[in-house]
Order: sequence, then C-alpha cells, then structure tokens
Amino acid sequence: MKYLPLSPKDKSEMLEFIGVSNIDDLFTSIPKSLRFDDALHVPKAKSEMEIRAHFEELAQQNTSFRARFMGGGAYAHFWPVVVDTLSQRQEFLTSYTPYQPEISQGTLQYLFEFQTMMCVLTGLDVSNASMYDGATATAEAVLMASRLKRKRSRVLVSEGVHPYYRQVVATYLSNLDLTLETIPCLGHLTDLNALETSLGNDVCAVVVGYPNFFGAVEPLQKIAEMTRAQGAMTAAVTMEALSLALLKSPGSQGADLSVGEAQSFGNPTNFGGPHLGFFTCRDDDKRQMPGRICGQTVDRNGVRAYVLTLNAREQHIRRAKATSNICSNEGLCALRATIYLTAMGKYGLRELAVQNHAKAMFLKRQLGNINGIFVTEDPIFNEFTIKLDRPASAVLDALEKRGIQGGVDLGRFDSTRDNEMLIAVTELNTRAQLDAYCQAMEAVL
Amino acid sequence: MYPSEYRYTKDHEWVKVEGDFAMIGITDHAQHQLGDIVFVELPEDGSTFSAGDEFGTVESVKAVAEVYMPITGEVTEINEDLEERPELVNERPHDDGWLIRVRITDPSELDELMDAEAYESFVEEESK
Amino acid sequence: MKPFREFLIFERSRPGKIGCPLPELDVPEIDLTESLPEMVRDELDVFPEVSEVEVVRHFTRLSQWNFGIDQGMYPLGSCTMKHNPRINEAMAALPGLAGAHPLARPRHIQGCLALIHELQTYLSDITGLPHCSTQPAAGAHGEFTGILLIKALLDHKGEKRTTVIVPDSAHGTNPATASLCGFDVKEVPSDERGCVDVAKLAQMIDDQTAGMMITNPNTLGIFETHIREIADMLHAKGAYLYMDGANMNALVGKTKPGDMGVDVLHLNLHKTFSTPHGGGGPGAGPICCTAELAPFLPKPWVTQLEDGSYTWQHDCPDSMGKVHGWYGQFGVLVRALTWILTLGREGLVRHTEHAVLNNNYLRKMLEPHYEIPFKAPTLHETVFNDKRQQIHGVSTMDIAKSLLDYGFHPPTVYFPLVVHGALMVEPTETESRGELNRFARALIDIAERSASDPESVRNGPLTTQIQRADETTAARYPVLRWLPEQKES
Repeated sequence: MKYLPLSPKDKSEMLEFIGVSNIDDLFTSIPKSLRFDDALHVPKAKSEMEIRAHFEELAQQNTSFRARFMGGGAYAHFWPVVVDTLSQRQEFLTSYTPYQPEISQGTLQYLFEFQTMMCVLTGLDVSNASMYDGATATAEAVLMASRLKRKRSRVLVSEGVHPYYRQVVATYLSNLDLTLETIPCLGHLTDLNALETSLGNDVCAVVVGYPNFFGAVEPLQKIAEMTRAQGAMTAAVTMEALSLALLKSPGSQGADLSVGEAQSFGNPTNFGGPHLGFFTCRDDDKRQMPGRICGQTVDRNGVRAYVLTLNAREQHIRRAKATSNICSNEGLCALRATIYLTAMGKYGLRELAVQNHAKAMFLKRQLGNINGIFVTEDPIFNEFTIKLDRPASAVLDALEKRGIQGGVDLGRFDSTRDNEMLIAVTELNTRAQLDAYCQAMEAVL
Repeated sequence: MYPSEYRYTKDHEWVKVEGDFAMIGITDHAQHQLGDIVFVELPEDGSTFSAGDEFGTVESVKAVAEVYMPITGEVTEINEDLEERPELVNERPHDDGWLIRVRITDPSELDELMDAEAYESFVEEESK
Repeated sequence: MKPFREFLIFERSRPGKIGCPLPELDVPEIDLTESLPEMVRDELDVFPEVSEVEVVRHFTRLSQWNFGIDQGMYPLGSCTMKHNPRINEAMAALPGLAGAHPLARPRHIQGCLALIHELQTYLSDITGLPHCSTQPAAGAHGEFTGILLIKALLDHKGEKRTTVIVPDSAHGTNPATASLCGFDVKEVPSDERGCVDVAKLAQMIDDQTAGMMITNPNTLGIFETHIREIADMLHAKGAYLYMDGANMNALVGKTKPGDMGVDVLHLNLHKTFSTPHGGGGPGAGPICCTAELAPFLPKPWVTQLEDGSYTWQHDCPDSMGKVHGWYGQFGVLVRALTWILTLGREGLVRHTEHAVLNNNYLRKMLEPHYEIPFKAPTLHETVFNDKRQQIHGVSTMDIAKSLLDYGFHPPTVYFPLVVHGALMVEPTETESRGELNRFARALIDIAERSASDPESVRNGPLTTQIQRADETTAARYPVLRWLPEQKES
C-alpha cells in the first residue's frame, strides 16, 4: 500500500485513541443491510512495472501513422518542452481551485495572463478562466445569449458549426423553452439568404463557425451585421484557436461572443480530452458569463494581487439562479496554453499561423491539380474540404495503407457528403509529407 | 435609526412616499447582512411590477439578494449613481443608496406595510 | 526564503526577444492579400516578447507562490485533496495515448477504446450500477448528464414532471444543475442529525417530482442512514434518485450505491480516484446508472464486438445526445484507471478505511477545541465551526488565514450553508499520523490564541506573499485583463 503512510502501530494506536476496537466500528453509521463485504471485481494490485506494461500495451494497440492530416476540431501541433516541464511543477499540478488567494497567486496570475491573451486573440473585452471544451463553451454561449435576450426563444446555428458541437447544444437546450434551428450551408459557407429568412425579433443567438467545420472562413462581419439588425447576438465558434493569430478577430468583426477550442495551444489531442474551452464576451455582458473569472486587486498592504471575482454569478453563491452549474474548469490546460503562448510570443505565434496557412494552401493547390479531386476557392486557414470522385472512406483506407492518416471522411456526419474529405495541415506536416500525400493521392485515384 | 416617515417590508425594503411617487431601497439592516455591496442590478425605466415581484438584485462578494416590490408600480427612475458607486447602498442605505423611483398604482397597498417601530421589532425578533 | 517578486509577463516583454524559433518555411511563401483578402488581422498587440529563460523563470516563480499537495496537508473538505501519483501522469502522457485523435477510425484506436471499456467496468463494479458513461467532463457536468438522463427516461414514458428536490446542505452545483436542466428546485431541510428530514421529504414528493439529488455521505460527512427508505419513497411515486458521488471516497468497497436504491450517480475522478486538480481542472465526472436508464446514456457508446475488438456505437436511438464535444476527459480517465489498477481490489478498500480513520482521529483531537454543530458520527470529513472562537471576536476566516502561517492549506470555509461559520476538514487517507498531529497542533494553537491574543489571529497571515486580498474592490471595479497603460516600471 505505497500511498498509505500509517504504520500498523499508528493504526492500532489511533483506533485506541478514537475509542474503537477496529476499523469496522467507524463504519457503523452505514446500515448493515447496505454493507458490502465481498471482494470487488477489480484485479489485484499491480506494481509500477506491471502498470507500465499494461498501459504501454494499450498504447501499442493504437495505430501510429507516419503523417497525420486529421483535424476537424482537434489539431496536432508542436509545443516546446518547457510547456511540459513547467506545467508539471507540482505547485500547479496538485493545487486546487484558488479559493485562498494568499497561497494561490501562481494559479491566479497565470489565469489573468491567459484571460488577457484570449481577449487579444478574440478581440473582446472579458475572458473567463476556461470551459470544459469547445462544444460545451458553445452551448453555454447560447444560454448566455438567451439570458441577455430574454423573451427571445429561437437559436440559429449554422450547419458549418461542428456536428458534435451542434449535438451538444441540442442536449443543453433539450428541456428549456428554446428552439434550435439549423441554417444550411451552400457548399461550405453559411447560406446567407437562408439566414436572412430565418432571422427575426424572436431570435436570441446566431452561432457560426470561424473558420467553420469545413475549414472555410465565414463572412463573419456580414453575418454579425445581419444578426445585430435583428437585435440578436452573434456567437463565433473557433475550433482552431491558432487561426485567431492570423484572421481578423471575432470581436472586431462584430461577434458578441467568441468561444471555442484552444487545445492547439500546447495541449495534445488526448483522444478528445482534456481540451481547453475558451469563452470571451463584451464588458457590458460580463455578469452573465459562466465560469470562473480572475481579477486584479490589492492586498491589505497595497500589493498587487489576484483573486477569483464576480463570484455572485456562480453556483456556490447563487445556487439555482446561477449563470451555470460549472465548477471545475480546465486550469491545467489553460496553464499549458499560457506557457505556450508566452514562449511563442507576439511574432512567433503569428509566424506559426502564417506557416500553417501557407502549407495548407500549398497542399490544397497541389491536390486541386490532381484528376478526381475538386477544391473550392473559399478562404481557409489551415484546413479545407476536398470533393472526390468516389467515397472518401475508400480513399482514406488506401492512404492509411501508405502510412498516412489522410483526413476526416465527412460522410460519417452527413451521408450527402460521402465524397467529401476534410484535411488539416499544421507545422508538423513537412514538405516531404505534403509531397508524399500528393503522390499517394495520385496513386490512389 | 429607521426613518419614521418610511414604510417597511418583511423582505427588508423601505418605501418613501412623495405624492404620487415612491422611492424604494433596502434597509440598513439588509445592507449590513449582505456586507460590502459590489453590484446592483436594476430594471429598465418604464417597467411595471406588482407588489411582491422581484425587481432587481443586490450583490456582495459572498452573497446575492433579490429585491422585491413593496407595492405595485411603474418604474420612473433608477439610481444610476449605483453603477459607479454601489457602496452607496452600504454607506447611505436610506437616502443616496435608494434603488428605484416608481409611480404608485394603488396607495392602499401602503397600509399593508410596517412602520418604523414595527419594522424595528420585526428585525429584533428575526435575529433572535 | 521569500519568493521573488514576479511581474506580469507582459511587463517583462521587450521588443526583439524570441522564446521559440520556428523552422524555415519549406513551401513557397504566400501572399496573404491574395489568399485572405481583407481578412488578416493586425499584429498581436500586448503579446509578450521574451526569451526562453524568462519563460522558465516566470512560471517557476509563479509556481512558488502556490501551495500544492506535495508540500503538505491540504484538508479542503469535500475536495478530497489526496496524493497525486506521478505514475498516473506518466501513463496519461504516453504518446500512443495522448497523441490519439478523437476522429481516428475505431480500428486505429483499439487501445483507447479498450481502456475506456476497462475503466467503465470497474466503476460499475465499485458503484453497483451496471452501466457507465465516461463522457461528462467534471462533477457538475456529471450531475447535468444524470438529471437529463432521468428526464430522457421520463419523456420516454410520456411523463412531464417539473421538480427536482435538493437538500439544504447540498453543493451549489446541485440546485444549479437542476435549473440548468429546466427543472424547478425544491429544497428539503436537514433534521437535527444533519441528514435529510425524511418526514418533510415524504410530504414534498408528489406526481411532479422527477427526482431527488442527494450527496452521500452528505456534506457534513454523515452517512444518510435512511437512503434506502428515501429511494423507495421516490420510486413509489415514480421519481428517481440521483446521488452526488463527490464523497464516494468514504464508501468504495464498503457499500454500493446500487444497493441503496440509487438510480444514477456521478463520480469525481479528481477526488476519489486521485487525478490532480490542476488549480481548477480538468476533472472528470463519469456517471453510472441502472439498466432502466442505460438506453438514454450519452452517445456514442463503447461496445465490444464478438471478436473481442471494440467500436463506437453511434446508433443509440433513445440516447439523450452528446454532452461533450468528444468522449470526455480521456487523459483523466487514464490517470484514474492507473490509480485503480495500482491499488487493486484490496487497496481500494484499505484506502477508504484509512480516509475514515484519519478523519476520526483528527476529529477526536480537535473536538475539545472546536465546536461540532452536528454530532453524528462522520466518515471521511467533519464540519466544525467558529462558535467558541466567535466569543473572542475570531471568525472562521481568521482561523483559515492564520493556518497559512503554520504551513497548511486551510479547510473549506463557510460551507455547507447549514452550518454558520463552517470549517470543513477532510484529511484524506494519504496523510501520515505525524502530519495529522502537526495540523491538529496548529489548529489547537489558533484556538488557544483566539482566547489569549485574538488580535494576533485576526492579523494572520503574516508570512504569505500577499495578505488578505481586497475582494470587494475586485468585484466593484473589475480589472479582468492587463492593459498596456497599467504598465509598472
């Protein structure tokens, strides 16, 4: 029992001190009829050597690829090793939510720095300290808009928002007096005519991807103008946060809420979690924001200090009337992002975004020259959708045999898109990989 | 301590009648219970409420309280100073820290409320 | 040694410094005015320019202002701050697991699917509830999923019920969850023992009751002895019982919620199963439920095929839908599974026993000095209050802040709300007797000083980096991000 520091002598003396004869006497408040005395079906204890073998075996059951072009909401990026070493410092790793600011200034200050950088990237005034993931951040954005636009009950979500995100929004709204409508895409961009027709003074929120699920950059300014004209709020959903280092910020384009996924900043794809949901809004709306927020203040000696603030929004104070039930966030992932963004810096992050974009554009153009592949001229960041002359799943099979995880088959989300494939390119994809991809495609088609 | 010309509710709001209008705020006892007030949320001008309706919230660092209409009325003015200086509710709860001004719909509702003396004994009773 | 003063990273920034150079671009340069006309933003104003040395110094210094469980006892009641083994971290970081993509095809992620399936099997065994979803991302998210699960079943039965009952001692997340799910919340009071008042509850359950949320042991650390009766009362009226498993660490291997009549519960993997709290997250809040509720669990489900391989089952017609963008906090699941396999079936039970033993030992030491408002036996945690110190003008806040000067993290304060000035102490099983003794001595010393020199207690802390931050100013005049004009010289 390597994690139990009581010696047998400690144990017997402590029981004696308490005044009971054995451990079982401490459990008498559990009625006998509810006591469980058999063994659990969990295996016997394993040594660290056996543990390592078990998990390495599991890891080996996953297939590894020579080159990966899979995005669709989770992106493989490089991060400098300091992200690992610094975020694993026990003072960060093993501390709780910073309820006692006197011994939590480390956590609080990096959260303040994280919030600041997310505000810059999104072009909005206020950021919270993170959400579970991009999908739940999107759902919370819809709920926040409905609180700010009381009496408006319709929510319009573009088909260009990740299908899984849309499913999560639908779950969050399932027992509330809000109706969810999907605005279709024309090709890979939101159909603005359909949006115009659906908009009205009973709409509280319009949700669009930026860039969207197909990798295309939506005309956000236009959409936000249309939405504002009807008195509703625009929520821009960004799954590849690195794009915000290159594209005009959602706030500058008129979005009221900018939410999404910042896993790209120093966090592994982790088979889908933990990821890093982000959430920013305008100053006027901050008291309806969900989640923890860190603020600056001073201590009794006038020293600058940080605390969790605007607590009266939250469940531990407002209970049934809280803005959300959220309690835990993704603090450690936000720390990784903060270290990452700090190391990349003002120009490094921008340069990285440009490189991602240039590589994706290069591959898109090369693929566009291959017979049997059709590409559109929609503006993109580092991800794009191609149309094939046959089902994408068959093409992916063939690419996988060549050691390439070629992308995402869109038919799995929408059977009318069986021939479409979503391809992501990051700095991890070298020129050699891009060339190999094109050669493989030519061979396959 | 509690102005004798005001009327009071069991939810610790006060009402000061000025002709057809009334000023409404929270009592010194209420602000003391809440502690340092950091934010006051008030309704828009022109909204109408029935007696007993929630018309706003008063937040301190560790607590939040709803405030209820002592009487039926239409809001004609809100205390905009509170946006910049919510601490007025702590410092001068019975005058500068007022919350809203309303046009009184039914003056007879005022008879239902407590006078200063009754309110003071109510507070004493409640804190026992 | 006093930690260094550390500025905000933005204030350390100086033009021209580089923290992480990139390789040269290996494709032709691109003309952004052509590829993204009118779509490119201005530069990232405010973002820092610092060298790697400054990155390392900055975050290392910040870390020194934090207190973690590796430094010492962290007795935050209800939060279960126990040892976080590093083997758990190492397993979660294995490239084959951490690098797995959530959209990879099932045949390429057999390891991930097998791992989730294995963990779900053990969690079901531990809770006595045969079905499990690992999708919820945290405790409150598990509550949300569980209540919507009940809702989905009621819908399926064609019943429209509108209320959820929550005890007055509950975590704030419980009522917040019920209203987030569209239910009205009814609060049931506690009785003189600190447990749910069963007689009052009986009067509250009616044909509008969808269910009840109960924490067991409750937030006072007391086992709800009438839980089976409560479950039967609810079931008789067609309602369901949700258990908040935040305190499951007091029960593992000793009793099973399934046997108590619980229909669905969540587990906090970051409490009971030792995954680190990371300064606020990530957590993970899997739920386990009965066969009756299983068809409605979030999709997709992990299923094992006849050939022994695993796959995602997306075709789940009655499922409530998805609650997370992907499949939950996979990296946290790896850590929890490591913990379970390391402890094994024996170890899990021993850990429960030691958690309860440590709490009762500490309770016995502190009882002569601090008031315990609810006297019933406690399992893993005990709630004290400041009643005896208040006489001297010393409050729970003063006690908590003074503890910092003794090198301990304070207990949870002012919760649960049913106790005025609550001090909620949870030592966990991973504290040694010596550490428990030192902690008790510190609290006893504070109690004695509260009588002899109350001013000194009210003045704490004196040794921390900052002392009593002004939370009122922070909330009245919020400063929530750094702006260049704030620059310190």
